[in-house]
Amino acid sequence: MDDRYQPVVSAFQERFAAEMQEFRGEVTLILAPEHIVAAARALRDEFGFDQLVDVTAVDYYPQEEPRFHVVYHIRALEKGMILCLRAPLNGNAPQHFSVESIYPGANWYEREVYDMFGITFSGHSDMRRIIMPADWQGHPLRKDYPLGYEEIQYTFNYNEINLRKPRPKD
Amino acid sequence: MTDIREVSVDELRHLVSDRALSGETMLLNMGPQHPSTHGVLRLLLELDGEIVVNCVPDIGFLHTGVEKNMEAKTYQKAEVMTDRLDYLNPCGNNLTYCLAVEKLCELDVPPRAQAIRVILAELTRINSHLVWLGTSGLDLAAMSIFLYCMVEREKLLDIFEMVSGQRMMTTYIRPGGLWRDVPVEFEDAVGSFIDHFPEELAKYHALLDTNELFLERTKGISTITQKQCIAYGITGPVLRASGMAYDIRKALPYSGYEQYDFNIPTRTEGDIYARYSVRLEEMDESLKIIRQALNKLPYGPVRSNNRKFVPPPRSEIGVSMESLIHHFKLWTEGFTPPKGSVYAVTESPRGELGVFLESDGSPKPYRVHYRTPTFANLQIMPILSRGHFVADVVGAIGSIDIVLGDADR
Amino acid sequence: MGVEQKLGNMGVVTTSLEQAVNWARTNAMWPMLFGLACCAIEMMAAQASTYDMSRFGMELMRASPRQSDLMIVAGRVSRKMAPVLRQLYDQMPYPKWVIAMGDCASCGGVFNNYAILQGVDEIVPVEVYVAGCPPRPEGLIHGIISLHEKVKKEKLSKWA
Repeated sequence: MDDRYQPVVSAFQERFAAEMQEFRGEVTLILAPEHIVAAARALRDEFGFDQLVDVTAVDYYPQEEPRFHVVYHIRALEKGMILCLRAPLNGNAPQHFSVESIYPGANWYEREVYDMFGITFSGHSDMRRIIMPADWQGHPLRKDYPLGYEEIQYTFNYNEINLRKPRPKD
Repeated sequence: MTDIREVSVDELRHLVSDRALSGETMLLNMGPQHPSTHGVLRLLLELDGEIVVNCVPDIGFLHTGVEKNMEAKTYQKAEVMTDRLDYLNPCGNNLTYCLAVEKLCELDVPPRAQAIRVILAELTRINSHLVWLGTSGLDLAAMSIFLYCMVEREKLLDIFEMVSGQRMMTTYIRPGGLWRDVPVEFEDAVGSFIDHFPEELAKYHALLDTNELFLERTKGISTITQKQCIAYGITGPVLRASGMAYDIRKALPYSGYEQYDFNIPTRTEGDIYARYSVRLEEMDESLKIIRQALNKLPYGPVRSNNRKFVPPPRSEIGVSMESLIHHFKLWTEGFTPPKGSVYAVTESPRGELGVFLESDGSPKPYRVHYRTPTFANLQIMPILSRGHFVADVVGAIGSIDIVLGDADR
Repeated sequence: MGVEQKLGNMGVVTTSLEQAVNWARTNAMWPMLFGLACCAIEMMAAQASTYDMSRFGMELMRASPRQSDLMIVAGRVSRKMAPVLRQLYDQMPYPKWVIAMGDCASCGGVFNNYAILQGVDEIVPVEVYVAGCPPRPEGLIHGIISLHEKVKKEKLSKWA
């Protein structure tokens, strides 16, 4: 691990009981979800991590505890450091906390996570779907959501599939 | 999708000001089919006469489900999807994905492959900036620049076609190296392009820099401060045009960018004109990088020798049983990287392009997430357009160089 | 056709109304300025100086569906875009034609998933499919010429 990360890691281990993981030189801190807002504030104000790069999630279906990990990548522009935070969430329709008040750029990312995974963020100013249509059912990037694969037409089943295809009216 | 959920107006109430309800301001829908939204962006504009009070972007009209689709394919096959995300930067998308896979599998890339990657990535950057210059010039009523830009773009596409067989969606950069070595004519073609292109750049400057109409519509319009850029996660030319010399190629060099000598163009004004001049200067810097890379292009293999991850060259398959087995295994089952997650970044023409890749040890990626620059950059549309005329919204959209395929994925 | 021989040197040509109308339609077919994804860039390239679609009476791209005859669906159509696309098609005046440009618009292409319409022919009737991902500008021009050939054979009663 790069020595520059040591102060952040030890501070977080002490304050938020964070678990540190290292893989291919990347430092990941796993925190309980209730600490995420305080952690983000500490990162921005104390350690100079000024830009939120990315918020996304990973679905570990069928595992229930934790079902999701919300993954944050936060960068210190001047120092060229990047830190990954992970917040494990349980259950099918989890609640999480928004970091929009600290990093305004989180707005759209959290909306996307809500849209794609169905994780709601409390304290978010505009919790609507962002990518899928507003009347869409389900959250596409969950592992229990089907890919929506259409059968491929070969000569032997061409007519059969052709009949089932939607056609334009008029 | 049988029962359709009605969306109540109350849910959207917070997007507009109170004045909109009394009819004092007007709500105007712009897009998704609009000639200057560069694709299928929809903007809900709240107008007080000609002045924009608020602007609410609505994206997702080009949502392609790439991330979900990649989870169902092996690592090599999934790469084909990445070209089509940011369709002006296909080589950059491939490169970022390959860097992530290489980081995950700890693959080494031979120096020749790295140099060719850099050349192609920079040519792609010029290509993207040319399309941007042409189309956003067109939005600001400069017609002829579009025709000039597209002519040069054709020359670049000829180079891409020469190396990969495809004009746009090359999939030429592969995990562990390149698909194959470049043809012998490659160096001459790139050389003649970089010799000739500075003249063209001068032509673009001459067309726009003194064009009163263009200056009037770009200078001092849609300004954004450096602080706002950092808070909203803005990167790329938009950040550099507001005064911060931040470029991933310098800050976190990849593919051997640390060997090349180039500058980061910056401006401090943060307006449309600053973004325009940063991009034009970037093309100049890209030419510099290409020239250096071309001059010391090393010889050698273009693919890693790690046969567990990288397929053997075609010529070996006929003579070596082991190669045949590797080839068969890799193209049917795929390779199995170790468990873990990585995040790789490159500097795309629009900003920081990142790939978050999580592997569960199976031949298919467990989760791929593209951190795309357009998605982040589009968030500042309300800031850029508030208080300006409706006509300037068009210029603002053009100036952040959006590609909707990049935003919606 | 005997009349031309008699009247030929008087500068008069006779033809059927159908042929004359179809000829006129093919030579001023205004496409709608409507780009979706990657193919739209190639469509722009086909418009620009190297390929120059105005050779076929198509120099005018109309941004308004009310003024256009031809819709080139250039790129993948998502489920969110589909109703918009159908509405644009409905707004075009008759006679109107649709070209599905590229694999995604023709059959879904590489994106066989929940988000993408598996061919735009699910929602609008398509005249010509152009293959390629994305097709070269020459490919698009070939598609347009094929459409012209098709239009020349149309019956007037089709749009009546």
